[in-house]
Amino acid sequence: MDLTTLSIDAIHAGLLARQFSAEELVRATLERIERENKAIRAYLTLSPERALAQALEIDRKVRAQEPLPPLAGVPVAVKDVLSTKGVRTTCASRILERYIPPYDATAVERLEAAGASILGKTNCDEFAMGSSTENSGFFPTHNPRDLTRVPGGSSGGSAAAVAANLAAAALGSDTGGSIRQPAALTGVVGMMGTYGRVSRYGLVAFASSLDHVGPFGRTVSDVARVLGVIAGRDARDSTSADVPVPDYLVALEADVRGLKVGVPDEYFNGLSPEIGDNIQKGLDLMARLGMKVEPIRMLHTDYAIACYYIICTAEASSNLARYDGVRYGFRESGADDLREMYKKTRDHGFGAEVKRRIMLGTYVLSSGYYDAYYRKAQKVRALITRDFLEAFDKVDILVTPTSPVPAFKLGERMDDPLQMYLADIYTVTASLAGVPGISVPCGVTRSSPHLPVGMQILAKHFDEARLLRVAHAFEKAGGFQVS
Amino acid sequence: MALSEKDVRYVAALAHLELTEEEVKKFLPQLDAVLEHMQKLNQLDTSQVEPMAQVIYPAAGTPTLRPDEPRQTLSQQESLANAPEPGAGCFKVPRVIERE
Repeated sequence: MDLTTLSIDAIHAGLLARQFSAEELVRATLERIERENKAIRAYLTLSPERALAQALEIDRKVRAQEPLPPLAGVPVAVKDVLSTKGVRTTCASRILERYIPPYDATAVERLEAAGASILGKTNCDEFAMGSSTENSGFFPTHNPRDLTRVPGGSSGGSAAAVAANLAAAALGSDTGGSIRQPAALTGVVGMMGTYGRVSRYGLVAFASSLDHVGPFGRTVSDVARVLGVIAGRDARDSTSADVPVPDYLVALEADVRGLKVGVPDEYFNGLSPEIGDNIQKGLDLMARLGMKVEPIRMLHTDYAIACYYIICTAEASSNLARYDGVRYGFRESGADDLREMYKKTRDHGFGAEVKRRIMLGTYVLSSGYYDAYYRKAQKVRALITRDFLEAFDKVDILVTPTSPVPAFKLGERMDDPLQMYLADIYTVTASLAGVPGISVPCGVTRSSPHLPVGMQILAKHFDEARLLRVAHAFEKAGGFQVS
Repeated sequence: MALSEKDVRYVAALAHLELTEEEVKKFLPQLDAVLEHMQKLNQLDTSQVEPMAQVIYPAAGTPTLRPDEPRQTLSQQESLANAPEPGAGCFKVPRVIERE
């Protein structure tokens, strides 16, 4: 039996039946990482001692016939923007190369409390800024489906790890699509809950009004299990919502017949057939499952990229002001005074994309431009949110492509930031509105090399259960392999 | 092009970034293209729209604040553990007061 390809459900059953131990499971995954990570480069740091210590504790529970927690023995990867006590957390930035957090992020703490083994920290675009993982300050990650291509981003390492069976599940962060887009490009499931659904305590901040923590998995039910563990109010994050967390596993099995699926025209205008044809087949399948598919309008979609990049860069320029060479490990030497130390440290510590975003954010917040850019964007954000609220008065869920393109070649898009930003068009809207979204595999492109296509499903605030239910029904009906 | 090299240097100074000449030349057209795209928002009349600073949803309760009670937080040693230059229980930095 290949232990590294098991679903969480199968892991749980296997441990209970004593077909294998948690230690064997973690060792098998670490061995696979040893063999295959050299080509994929999903991980920045491994934490084998921590993973094995947890596995031994799970095996003790099995022997003592104690009840097993929901993620017992599950080997998981964590994006390197989530703090891990005693394990280096770099945000894939040189400026945090030596930073070792003194505490765990709540999502990490909850995973371990639920029995998961943390294998290590995954690569990403520096400070989660990017859509390809090429902006990592260390090295790019390669897409396991085609090693000459990017895995998407910014959570490209987590997506690649799950796609290549180098972890059973993973945590990522999503600010404008950073979980959903790499999930689509690597052919796995990735989910962002409602804004406030999962605590951000210990998530290194990029854009605070948009940042989310969420799961990757190979199946919808795996994602539902991880979300159920990490979701819920956390007193240490005042933006985490005090809304009860339903049992997502029970919700998976509910009927989907009669649900209304809205298909927003604006997400399909100009979409290439290599993506559009697959999404249409996915929608046909949903209709066969008894859902009512109907067109809908989302009039402000076209303004989302401009709105998103004003707000996220403004917040980033403020959040990243803290990296000044004083507290987090790295300081460039040779400065005579404080201001020079800030400048030298930041110039040597940050990569090009982070600098660009800090510059953009500083500009849109600067005197004379604040109203024209930042305040204007906040107003347009309200209009985009209104589009969603009105849509969900008419339909239960929305279905769109996740990304307008499949995985592209490494290096292909690095020189044109605006083109890279424009490709985020289908994911930033839900981020701005704060509604939950999931990306599920929806076949592969017709032309060789047959790259994964992702379908995005969106629901209203705190309606994750319905989102997962539809995604699960789609998966069971063979939607992941539509052709 | 609406943005100038001078603007790029001015913004870099505001952001405490010390850009090289090459960086200024590289960033100028890139930032200009993005800012030009952002102008798109001016096509919308937002005079009657309230700005949205945070996600709002129908089920939102009142923001929850914890009771203002002292609690144990990170120790001084833990707080200083990542400092590039700790000393005497402080974060040490270069000279702050500028000489004339």
